[in-house]
Amino acid sequence: MRRVVVTGLGLVTPLGSDVETTWKNILAGKSGAGKITRFDASDQKCRIACEVKPKDHEFGFDPDKRVDHKVQRQVDPFIVYGIDAAGQAIEDAGLEDMDEATRLRAGCSIGSGIGGLPGIEKESLVLAEKGPGRVSPHFVHGRLINLISGQVSIKYGLMGPNHAVVTACSTGAHSIGDAARMIRDDDADIMLAGGAEGTICPIGIAGFAQARALSTSFNDDPTKASRPYDEARDGFVMGEGAGVVVLEEYEHAKARGAKIYAEVIGYGLSGDAYHVTAPHPEGSGAFRSMQMALKKAGMAPEDIDYINAHGTSTPLGDELELGAVRRLFGDAIEGVSMSSTKSAIGHLLGGAGAVEAIFCILALRDQIVPPTLNLDNPSAGCEGVDLVPHTAKKREVRAVLNNSFGFGGTNASLVMKKAD
Amino acid sequence: MSDTAERVKKIVVEHLGVEEDKVTPDASFIDDLGADSLDIVELVMAFEEEFGVEIPDDAAEKIATVGDANRYIEEHKG
Repeated sequence: MRRVVVTGLGLVTPLGSDVETTWKNILAGKSGAGKITRFDASDQKCRIACEVKPKDHEFGFDPDKRVDHKVQRQVDPFIVYGIDAAGQAIEDAGLEDMDEATRLRAGCSIGSGIGGLPGIEKESLVLAEKGPGRVSPHFVHGRLINLISGQVSIKYGLMGPNHAVVTACSTGAHSIGDAARMIRDDDADIMLAGGAEGTICPIGIAGFAQARALSTSFNDDPTKASRPYDEARDGFVMGEGAGVVVLEEYEHAKARGAKIYAEVIGYGLSGDAYHVTAPHPEGSGAFRSMQMALKKAGMAPEDIDYINAHGTSTPLGDELELGAVRRLFGDAIEGVSMSSTKSAIGHLLGGAGAVEAIFCILALRDQIVPPTLNLDNPSAGCEGVDLVPHTAKKREVRAVLNNSFGFGGTNASLVMKKAD
Repeated sequence: MSDTAERVKKIVVEHLGVEEDKVTPDASFIDDLGADSLDIVELVMAFEEEFGVEIPDDAAEKIATVGDANRYIEEHKG
């Protein structure tokens, strides 16, 4: 069977515009949260977010580095983040100069949960105030979810599968899982895979706040707001950014002497078939998704050393996920560390699964697991599980499990291990 | 350079991300400045906003160079 490995990484996050800066800040226990600066949020119930920082910031993002000026003007932020992260991953993999035969077998699977919400909001106001003749001719293709894959394929000449997943907050994990299958099934040798989001705009914040999904009690203390598994948690903090990996067929990577970070060995998917926003009360979808991923990986729970949890900091979700892990792992839960990096960078929605998969890969590389910030008082039901409170922890990391769950009751889990 | 030409140049530079000295009267939006047909639609909208003129589709189709845009605006602006 064709094996799939990771040979390149790219990140744009609220804690850095590249992989190493983000990872350093994550391990140092920094928070990317702050008061919303992108627009006047004074009339919103939630006035905080984890924004990607402007380029003059210590770890700010400079879109001019990899995204053409004209493209920047035409597209929504999620596409800009996605193109940049994909470019980083290509450079990291040493694939800037692929010949035509390679590019014919290289594709993209970079999705988003929501897509171009800020642009839809803005152009809707143009339509209402100035009429249809003033709506931008770039309105549609500047907002469409598959346009990261589209833009990246055009920029780098990638002529293989061109795919984009839309499964809310499990988009990033599904994108990587689907792309890994495309390589395994011999549709491609190389896939750029990941997810991006950029919905920190008035209607995005208002919409999630009205759905009672966002934290609203920490508007004056933003870095304390994202606190998965803590008693005082009251909702997630919206993040933004992108994560993209280069997936490559193992022999292909070896033949060109590529640096191999990890191997993707298990992918599980399931549906809750229960409710549009609330997770299944017994976490049955989460359980089956993890179970399938382990089965595909040919692994037992005791083979997993680290779980990057979905753990959004919402009152309902965290405990249900933990309950599902507990049932699946049994006694093996004592040996596993499980943390939520959403405590540091917020919830990147469609980008979350990909960004967190990259944190898992870095945990494998560096043999260290990132912390769950603000976990001062674990809520009932968290006993006996190492949730890595406050500080990163050096430990053996042989294999990792990454969970992502989304509105609509969609679940995805990935299992990765160090490449031999 | 006329005031109109200056303002047209500014819009073209901003929208297409090209160097200012490339925006000469003879420069073709598509062949010299890297625009596609939708970029021209957007430029025409920006000219309409900036100068308070209306540029109907059949007139917009004839605007191929920066000079064509300058002339049309000079002739039609209020």
